[in-house]
Amino acid sequence: MQKKSFTRNVKRIAKDWQLYSLLILPVLYYVIFKYGPMIGNVIAFRKYVPGGPWLGTKWVGLKYFKMFVTDPAFWNVFRNTLVISVSSLVFSFPIPIIFALLLNEVKNVFFKRTIQTISYLPHFLSIVVVAGMIIDFLSPSVGFVNQVLKQLTGHTIQFMQISSYFVPIYVISGIWQEMGWGAILYLAALTNINTELYEAAEIDGAGRWKQTLHVTIPGIMPTVAILFILNLGNLLNVGFEKVLLLYNPAIYDTSDVISTYLYRIAFTTNSFSYATAIGLFESVIGLALVIGSNKLTKKFAETSLW
Amino acid sequence: MIIKSKGYKTFRVINVFIMLLVIVITLFPVLNILAKSFSDLKNLTQNTVSIIPKGFNVDTYKTIMGDMDFWNDYKNTVIYTVLGTIISLVMTTMFAYALSVPRLMGKKFLTAFVVFTMFFNGGIIPNYMIVNGLHMRNTVWAIVVPGAISTFNLIVMRTFFEGIPKELEEAASIDGMNTYGILMRIIIPLSKPIIATMVLFYAVGMWNSWFSAFLYLDHTELLPVTIYLRNLIAGAMSATGADADSLGTVSVNIKYVTIVLTSVPILCVYPFLQKYFVQGVMIGSVKG
Repeated sequence: MQKKSFTRNVKRIAKDWQLYSLLILPVLYYVIFKYGPMIGNVIAFRKYVPGGPWLGTKWVGLKYFKMFVTDPAFWNVFRNTLVISVSSLVFSFPIPIIFALLLNEVKNVFFKRTIQTISYLPHFLSIVVVAGMIIDFLSPSVGFVNQVLKQLTGHTIQFMQISSYFVPIYVISGIWQEMGWGAILYLAALTNINTELYEAAEIDGAGRWKQTLHVTIPGIMPTVAILFILNLGNLLNVGFEKVLLLYNPAIYDTSDVISTYLYRIAFTTNSFSYATAIGLFESVIGLALVIGSNKLTKKFAETSLW
Repeated sequence: MIIKSKGYKTFRVINVFIMLLVIVITLFPVLNILAKSFSDLKNLTQNTVSIIPKGFNVDTYKTIMGDMDFWNDYKNTVIYTVLGTIISLVMTTMFAYALSVPRLMGKKFLTAFVVFTMFFNGGIIPNYMIVNGLHMRNTVWAIVVPGAISTFNLIVMRTFFEGIPKELEEAASIDGMNTYGILMRIIIPLSKPIIATMVLFYAVGMWNSWFSAFLYLDHTELLPVTIYLRNLIAGAMSATGADADSLGTVSVNIKYVTIVLTSVPILCVYPFLQKYFVQGVMIGSVKG
């Protein structure tokens, strides 16, 4: 029976070969470039010599995992990763919501569209450009911020050389770059709120503030909740490229994150296996966070139905 | 309509100011760079430029116009963007269409196979080993192939295709049109908005990318312009620890000119595609 259905399937594919031919290249791509690296993770458990066999020479068990658990530098970058990602979530998440709510109150269509278009602009800049702008803007000699500081206080500050400034710089520049883009979904949710609800509220004597509180905010709550959960799932995905462009050895104690640390381990000391073990650890925590937050979504989707 | 309260009127006025403030905060750093790119060394080092160029000059623009390294890198960026966008678009369209066809066997499995990669990825080092192992280092393929399909874009496109009425395909199929014909002559012409969105997403991503070039390209003649800029920034940082004060006119100014020339093409295009990418983001959020 199994064999019969197998031959039937082969016949179906042969007859419909054009459809299945579309799959060949993309599936091959996924196997090599998305699943290949997952298999490559076995070198976290094996001794690997750059230039040697692809998947290493011999099994070493959890050697590299024990290594990073007892590596104080690792726990420092682990803490930095958490500090940066949690502060990003806490500060960057609410801002696009507030921006969308305020923009929604702008009634002049032309003005509204202009603000929207301008607010998307920073999202389209390369992270290299943004990093260059941040460094320049904060520079003691040519930067605008220090130009103002000097006039006010007579002093300048070497922002990029002082550890305690890194997280605020990272978070604030992130808000600057993504606030407008992050508001897209909220703006869409706002335009989808049934206008009859507002009319009904108005008949009941609700002023604009009461309408916002009882119609607008409940109207966008599902979007807010889902995006919050999605963000929670991506918590550990700190902007690796941005950190790599902005940090320097003087401020490693607050700016070095898991991904930049393993990047340096791999490419400056050639310890590929050790770096892979750290990367795998990060991916597994990431996966756990996604699964956890997915459960939350399901729970939320059920409760939101009533 | 009830009469608006006084409080609401006050709020409207304040809100306009907040929105103007948003515009200023968003545009100021950009205009500051633009103004600096046209300013002379004296005003730059005295730090007096805000959003209007001081000591207006185009010397650095002239210098960079004659800088073969810069144009070589700029040309590379254009090549990588065009080639990368074509590969990405073709691969994504083929896969998205196949995944949108209800009769496809193993559709559920393939979807799970694809979606799983959104939640778990191999990581930097194993990715590097694959590209290295395939001898793609120092070739254009290291830049345009490893990231060819973005799973998010794939799902967005598949969802869009699923929304096209099946009757159209069935009618064409009865008329004897084969699958390739249906894709090329029915599906794609009906999908211009989503294709525009994909072109924008992929092209912007490729134009702005630097890390894969940083990781995989050692030959200077292959580098994209983002690496040119990155080296200017890194050089400026290491020269004096944090800054560019000790360097000459063009060296100070060239960073601004490079930022401007790198960003201008994209900033000129995105406002016209706004309608499409907003739609793309929305489709993606429904079925992510």
